[in-house]
Amino acid sequence: MDLDVLLLSRLQFALTIMFHYLFPPLSIGLGLIMAITEGMYIKTKNKQYEVLARFWTKIFAVVFALGVASGIVMEFQFGTNWATYSRYVGDVFGSPLAAEGVFAFFLESGFLAILVFGWDRVSPRVHFFSTVMVSLGSMFSAVWIVVANSWMQTPAGFHIVGEGMDARAEITDFWAMVFNPSSVDRLTHTLIGAFILGAFFVMSITAYYILKGRHLELSRKSFTIALVVGTLASLAALVTGHTQASTVAVTQPAKLAAFEGHFKTGPGTLYLFGIPNVEEQRVDFGVGIPGGLSFLLYNDFHTPVKGLDQIPPEDHPPINIPFQTYHLMVALGMFFIAITLYASWLRWRGSLFEKRWLMRVFMFAVIGPYIANFAGWIAAEVGRQPWIVYGLLRTSDALSKTVKAEEVLASIILFAIIYFFLFVLWLYIMNDKIKHGPEEHLATAAASDAGAPLLDTMSKLADHSGPSLLRGDDGKEGK
Amino acid sequence: MDLNIFWFILLGVLLTGYAILDGFDLGVGIVHLFSRDDHERRLFMNSIGPLWDGNEVWLVTFGGAMFAAFPHAYATAFSGFYLPFMLLLFALIFRAVSMEFRSKQEMRWWRSMWDFGFAGASTLATLLFGVAVGNMMIGLPIGPDKEAYTTLLGLLNPFSLLVGAFAVATFAMHGSIYLYLKTEGELQQRIHRWMWTTFGLFLVLYMFTTMAALIAVPTAVRNFTHIPWAWVVVVLNVLAIANIPRAIHLNKPFYAFISSSCTIAALTFLFGFALFPNMIVSSLNPEWSLTIYNAASSEKTLGIMRWIALLGMPFVLSYTIAIYWIFRGKTKIGKFSY
Repeated sequence: MDLDVLLLSRLQFALTIMFHYLFPPLSIGLGLIMAITEGMYIKTKNKQYEVLARFWTKIFAVVFALGVASGIVMEFQFGTNWATYSRYVGDVFGSPLAAEGVFAFFLESGFLAILVFGWDRVSPRVHFFSTVMVSLGSMFSAVWIVVANSWMQTPAGFHIVGEGMDARAEITDFWAMVFNPSSVDRLTHTLIGAFILGAFFVMSITAYYILKGRHLELSRKSFTIALVVGTLASLAALVTGHTQASTVAVTQPAKLAAFEGHFKTGPGTLYLFGIPNVEEQRVDFGVGIPGGLSFLLYNDFHTPVKGLDQIPPEDHPPINIPFQTYHLMVALGMFFIAITLYASWLRWRGSLFEKRWLMRVFMFAVIGPYIANFAGWIAAEVGRQPWIVYGLLRTSDALSKTVKAEEVLASIILFAIIYFFLFVLWLYIMNDKIKHGPEEHLATAAASDAGAPLLDTMSKLADHSGPSLLRGDDGKEGK
Repeated sequence: MDLNIFWFILLGVLLTGYAILDGFDLGVGIVHLFSRDDHERRLFMNSIGPLWDGNEVWLVTFGGAMFAAFPHAYATAFSGFYLPFMLLLFALIFRAVSMEFRSKQEMRWWRSMWDFGFAGASTLATLLFGVAVGNMMIGLPIGPDKEAYTTLLGLLNPFSLLVGAFAVATFAMHGSIYLYLKTEGELQQRIHRWMWTTFGLFLVLYMFTTMAALIAVPTAVRNFTHIPWAWVVVVLNVLAIANIPRAIHLNKPFYAFISSSCTIAALTFLFGFALFPNMIVSSLNPEWSLTIYNAASSEKTLGIMRWIALLGMPFVLSYTIAIYWIFRGKTKIGKFSY
């Protein structure tokens, strides 16, 4: 069998990272809404917000646990499949990864304990503080990993030591590496993408309750919080997306040219859609605004934008995948703005929750941010090709020299099996949690609040008969 | 202190933390099938339920720290151990899935299937950890290009398999002692016998492995000549091992658990001590070995990383202590259990 190690290793990375990426953005987005909800409880002392905060905490814990399980693979995959890359960049790229482990993972895990089963043991303020810490922890994790990835897009703060086979990047300025030209733009855009996902996730579940006529008052409250987050984040995504595109035009012109199907240097057309035809160097069936790209980047319809013709052919990324995924992301972003603004207007008018068709749309709309997040990352990563570190190291040179195609194929099969199980498990547990709903928890909360002496409660907790960290309240009951 | 040595020690600390903590929950998995009924199996899984997740963060952080501090060792080891390591990751995730799925359905075949999966994955993961340690002791076929061209059969050599079996026995003992702490009544009495059985197995394999190591890897003891104080660790190791049966006999299971934890720490130390200053020994030519100097990142990176570690490790330790304090005491099956 003639198998290509490069292709298989890239497929494996795509499979494992995309599966992993089902979870962390949701932790980040849901974590923010969880913190806001609990903050409302602290401020208003309205018990309903507490019930909601408890409910979202349960869901959060499931998502978080799956993020950990699927994340173990990511930490080692650079070494197993991309050994040459690891040798080349370890000096620079390794420290953000280690920092993520030491700072973010342990911070999240530590405060998650209080978050999930500290409800009756610490004061509401301390609990709120823990929720904020977990939420921040999940964002810190994004900080370090997006910094590491941004360094691959726009490397800075390093110099190359050695020659030929022995060449490798060594750090010269840690903070220049952290704040490389693209990291701030990309981090904000990634986080905002996660907030949109979290908001649409909450709106999806609460829209389902509203349609079913369950937990009406709670659902409306939660929907409103998520709608505010979702509207602001959708608008902010447009801003950060725009600044990011401007950065890409300067730092990675080949990627921007691929995003926009811009073959010939000159005023750039802003396509709404189309099919880039690489052989004929044009965009087929394209509908767009001539000069629109130039206008967006330079505020002028005639300023030339660097096209693929000025970039050596061996440095061209694939065109079609970045073009389509990028346009899909932008289109979905526009959809998020439209639907959240419309819903906000209806909410202000007071008729939002009567619009059943809109609730039905929101119930399914959570798929949108998922696709947009994936599409954005695919565009970013495929658009960086053929480089693994832009302008420094080619993806084809980054592989492990000792690993054979059959071995990679075998590991892809292993991961496909285990991820299938995990995915089914996730859907099952989510379905279970959502069916039970927030108010089931109200009953148990009331029961456990019934004035049990502190020591009693504590010993119960220690004996596992009470809610427990990863199995309990946080969401895995009913086993 | 030399930054390279500092990082070698810190990796040792992370590995020791991982071996002690995940060691007992893997051990619970290894002895899982020796339980009698459904209730006992649920008890076993729930005894480690809230803890294994946090325990594995130690492994993840070990991986990140090794990548940053010794990228060549990270690259050579994980690409060299490709298939066994992928199997290891598979086994680690599969354990998690087994625990989550098992009690979701009442059917007998369903639960037995996941029980076998849980026990099998725990045993396989432990065996593979041992095989990795064994291969690190005898060295990998590393060429002048720092790459290890291994074969699966070459990695599954008799010495490494012996170390793998030793790891299984060690974690089975460690896990049994942990279960004794977490259970009560008749089940606890039976686990009392398991502690003796697994200790016996551990002792026999400990002696065999020590002898085999001295024969197969004579260089393992070379560091004792210029760092004689390391003998103290050997003595402490023997004392800790001897204290396990003593504590079991005196019915002080907590001391037995501390002793087995110390044993694991001492063994990890001796493993690192046998390698030092190498990270991965080349079995082809000692000059091609990856050392803590030629496999390391630059002085600057190691310095930055030291600050990250010094800032972060107090948090890591306080988290671990807090979570174990909260989950102390006997395991009970409740509404929220597996």
